[in-house]
Amino acid sequence: MFQNFRLDKKVGYINRDKKISFSFNGKKYFGYEGDTLASALLANGVHLVGRSFKYHRPRGFIAAGVDEPNAHVQLYSGAKTEPNAVATTVELVEGLVAKSQNCWPSVSFDFGEINNLLNKFFPAGFYYKTFMWPKSFWHKIYEPIIRKAAGLGIAPLKPDPERYEHKFEYCDILVVGSGPSGLASALAAAKNGAKIILAEDKPRFGGSLLTDEVTIGNKKGKEWADETILQLQSMPNVIVKNRSQVFGYYDHNMMVMCERIKDHIEKPDKFTPRQKLWYIRAKEVIISTGSIERPLVFGNNDRPGVMLASAAKEYMKVYGVLVGKKPIIFTNNDSGYDTAIEFKKNGIDPLIIDIRKSSESSIVNEAKSLDISIKFSHGVVNAKGHLKVKSATIGKLNIDKTGYENFEDVNCDCICVSGNWTPTVHLSSQSGNKLKFDDKINAFIPNQSRQNESTIGSASGSYLLNENLEQGFKKGYDLSKKITKNDLKTAAPISNEKSYGEQDKFWCMPLPNNKNYKRCVDFQNDVYVSDIELAVREGFRSIEHVKRYTTLGMATDQGRTSNLNGLQLVSNIEKKIVPEVGHTTFRPPYTPVTIGAIVGREVGKHYRPTRKSPMHSWHENNNSVFVDAGLWLRPRYYKQDNETLADAAKREANNVRNNVGICDVTSLGKIDIKGPDSAEFLNRIYTNAWLKLSIGKARYGVMLREDGIVLDDGTTTRISENHYHMTTTTAQAANVLTHLEYYLQVVWPELSVNVLSTTEQWAGVALAGPNSRNLLSQLFPKTDTSNEGIPFMGYKKADLFGVPARIFRISFSGELAYEINVESGYGVFMWEKIMQLGKETNIEPYGTEALSTLRIEMGHVAGSEIDGRVIPSDLSLDGMLSKKKDFIGKRSLNREAFINPNREKIVGVVPLDKKTMIPEGSHLVTDNKASLPNPKLGHISASCWSVEYNNPFSLAILKDGKKKIGEKLYALSPLKNKSIPVEIVSSHYVDPKGKRVRS
Amino acid sequence: MLEIKCPYCGKRSQNEFSYGGDASVKRPPLGKEISDKDWDDFVYFRKNPRGNHSELWHHIAGCRQWFKVLRSTVTHEIFKTAKINEDL
Repeated sequence: MFQNFRLDKKVGYINRDKKISFSFNGKKYFGYEGDTLASALLANGVHLVGRSFKYHRPRGFIAAGVDEPNAHVQLYSGAKTEPNAVATTVELVEGLVAKSQNCWPSVSFDFGEINNLLNKFFPAGFYYKTFMWPKSFWHKIYEPIIRKAAGLGIAPLKPDPERYEHKFEYCDILVVGSGPSGLASALAAAKNGAKIILAEDKPRFGGSLLTDEVTIGNKKGKEWADETILQLQSMPNVIVKNRSQVFGYYDHNMMVMCERIKDHIEKPDKFTPRQKLWYIRAKEVIISTGSIERPLVFGNNDRPGVMLASAAKEYMKVYGVLVGKKPIIFTNNDSGYDTAIEFKKNGIDPLIIDIRKSSESSIVNEAKSLDISIKFSHGVVNAKGHLKVKSATIGKLNIDKTGYENFEDVNCDCICVSGNWTPTVHLSSQSGNKLKFDDKINAFIPNQSRQNESTIGSASGSYLLNENLEQGFKKGYDLSKKITKNDLKTAAPISNEKSYGEQDKFWCMPLPNNKNYKRCVDFQNDVYVSDIELAVREGFRSIEHVKRYTTLGMATDQGRTSNLNGLQLVSNIEKKIVPEVGHTTFRPPYTPVTIGAIVGREVGKHYRPTRKSPMHSWHENNNSVFVDAGLWLRPRYYKQDNETLADAAKREANNVRNNVGICDVTSLGKIDIKGPDSAEFLNRIYTNAWLKLSIGKARYGVMLREDGIVLDDGTTTRISENHYHMTTTTAQAANVLTHLEYYLQVVWPELSVNVLSTTEQWAGVALAGPNSRNLLSQLFPKTDTSNEGIPFMGYKKADLFGVPARIFRISFSGELAYEINVESGYGVFMWEKIMQLGKETNIEPYGTEALSTLRIEMGHVAGSEIDGRVIPSDLSLDGMLSKKKDFIGKRSLNREAFINPNREKIVGVVPLDKKTMIPEGSHLVTDNKASLPNPKLGHISASCWSVEYNNPFSLAILKDGKKKIGEKLYALSPLKNKSIPVEIVSSHYVDPKGKRVRS
Repeated sequence: MLEIKCPYCGKRSQNEFSYGGDASVKRPPLGKEISDKDWDDFVYFRKNPRGNHSELWHHIAGCRQWFKVLRSTVTHEIFKTAKINEDL
């Protein structure tokens, strides 16, 4: 298809030798390498790109960069689809597929536009007014409708196939924006030896120099920019990045930048990441983000074909594209004339509509000398045309600009508006800079920096090129000198530009009598003058409230084009000045960031590390089914044939009770404690006494938090005079280490003790069951493994066929049991040796499910009971509390609630039918038919199938539990729809006297 | 993300550290009689100042040392960091 709106002569920075084909709404077009989707569509005469958010009004392009509020499109389909892509920033690439959003059945005929006809029913805040009644309608009717209408594009339903990366970088100075000020400061600072990162969000460097007719150092502005970039790129202390949007300014000069790496490349390498997120810690930040042109507000100013004058100029100068062939330039200042002159140079006759009474600046005189028609004291009252501007109603403003002296209709195919410039202060504001209002430019500019931040150039409200260059070179030199202490100063080159006159601050055209045109303020969020007037009329005064009621300045647009117009409107209505109204808060991100870039490589299993025991490969090779235990992967059971989890747990637990089992307990936390004050330290940390533990003995201990709640339990063994080996639960290992370090370093620095995690240094197994001693004697033939040689809670160093090992006689299963530790590298050797020698004694490995079964029927507590709500007596651990000494948390145990005899305590629970498993989390109640909420007496913390008695057994935390032993209650699980009659028994269901562990 | 100067390791990003509360709180000595109110004050009650706050941080993904930080809760500015046995 012929590109009707592409200039023939070779203007612009696109590559006309490389055609690129793409499709939009199913139709094939072509553009050139270097186009954006927007410039390529405009070259083909396509203005209509989407429908507005609320009223589904037809919308076209307004801008040429990130300031575009309208042109959101859906790219591609399937897993690769991307909603809400901004067409003005999407670079054209072969095969690009884009379509319009928020419209059905098509962008030119959209049923949703009925909302526009019904707009009387959808004013600001209609959500709050309309959907309040009847209340029952909310869930089934209103919410689904609103959900369907909400948002613009459609989110992908499949996982993102792309790769994203993160990078951390440090620099002396980060320069954001590569316009004249940014280039000047980067060059001056780089020459003075500072480490610089220069970031530009567009593919091309130069900012305003790409489109402005200026000279710097006797060169065209663009040439100077290109040369400066080449110079910076050749310096080893400079990183120069295009396609890189610095979108967030965080604490302590942490800047976050998103670099687009892949999407614009036709045939990318398989491993090229799509985007890279940079975390940049900069000693100083120079914000040279430029400024954005402000729209003028008039009737139907959101029709496709109405766009910013600066954007029209950019499409001509960068892309060689005419946005129209019969343009009206509507302006209140001189910069609109640049666009008019550019049109004229390309053989198009523009009509300038100027709100001002007159202007005699050199650029206005240049326009006059080019025979461009200018109508002063006029304004565009209304844009006519539905899917595209066809004509405009022009009005001559009366003397106080409250109405019109006359009207006329003028044919046109685009209206380029210029309402002067708004500094891009988003990053400065995010840094904590309290903005101030500059009356001269009628906009907010940065004030006092709170972090090491400097805003320069037009982002600071300064619009003169020579001043901005001077300022840039000086700022670059000053900041680099402060950091590097070097003193090489670079002088600013001489520059020339046209001179501009004064602006008229008038920007919102009054409605003619009897006309009710929609005048758009916020294009993205469909906020009109009438909405803001309504909000103020209804009593919203704070600008933050007006924002939320009307949605002005919200969403991805963050008010880039609408903010100041909205503020001015509120201040006009309230007869205040803008600084009194204030401004809403600018928040990161400045532009939308893909979730993929934020997540980076932390996807799926990479979200967090997986910890595996040294014996993991053995478990894998022996049909282990694994379970997540914190970061650890632990064998849950070893599957035989088609057995279920429950069957396997029963089989494995039975084998421990009858023969011997082996369990991987490597994941238990292990902490090495050394130093002359170790015993004293343990005595303060644990609730029981530790001063008299002899060498070669282990002891069970419970530790509390300061508020008396149980933190963790485990055994600690005295290895030698001043050396202890502490074990913790898998879940609390890290917290316990931090807890110990806190007391040693902060509270009792006088204690001479060191602690160190050795969890990963030791491979650990539990050997449990009546045959375990027999097996142990075969494993350690040279060691006395008799009941006297290694008594209950005894410890011995031993030799496992040449491998140094530690034997602890401790038991979690309640059986005669040992734990053996060897250095991690010998873990598999130990395991295989045990399996080999254990054959005769019928050894079987057991997983966490059998482990739980064994401990539950023994009444041993674990994480499901130590749940951050219990004190020792709740767990029948009163005997562990020393009366003779103080310890961490002891004082709290005297608190009124903790000495209440009715507290919930641990008990055992058996179903009366001896068949039904009680779901964990079930509530214990006296009456299963009572009306809800049924008073809860306690809850089931853990359930198992008791292999000892061959019936279900559970542990529970029950109010006044010890006195309820023998009573009959109900276990209710509304979740599983179960009501089970139960009997309360002792929590020590098996071997209550603990004879087996001592046998 | 804050940048915190560990007195042992130098400047590192906040994600290497964990916060440990008010550094001015002193644990009552073990074995000493203490009223319910004083104990509750120690266990539960903390100031929540708007302004400068001396606090404990733990270089948990680094040298594992606890240390003191003087930080503004308004601006997040960190004025000084010190070892536990040093004054802020």
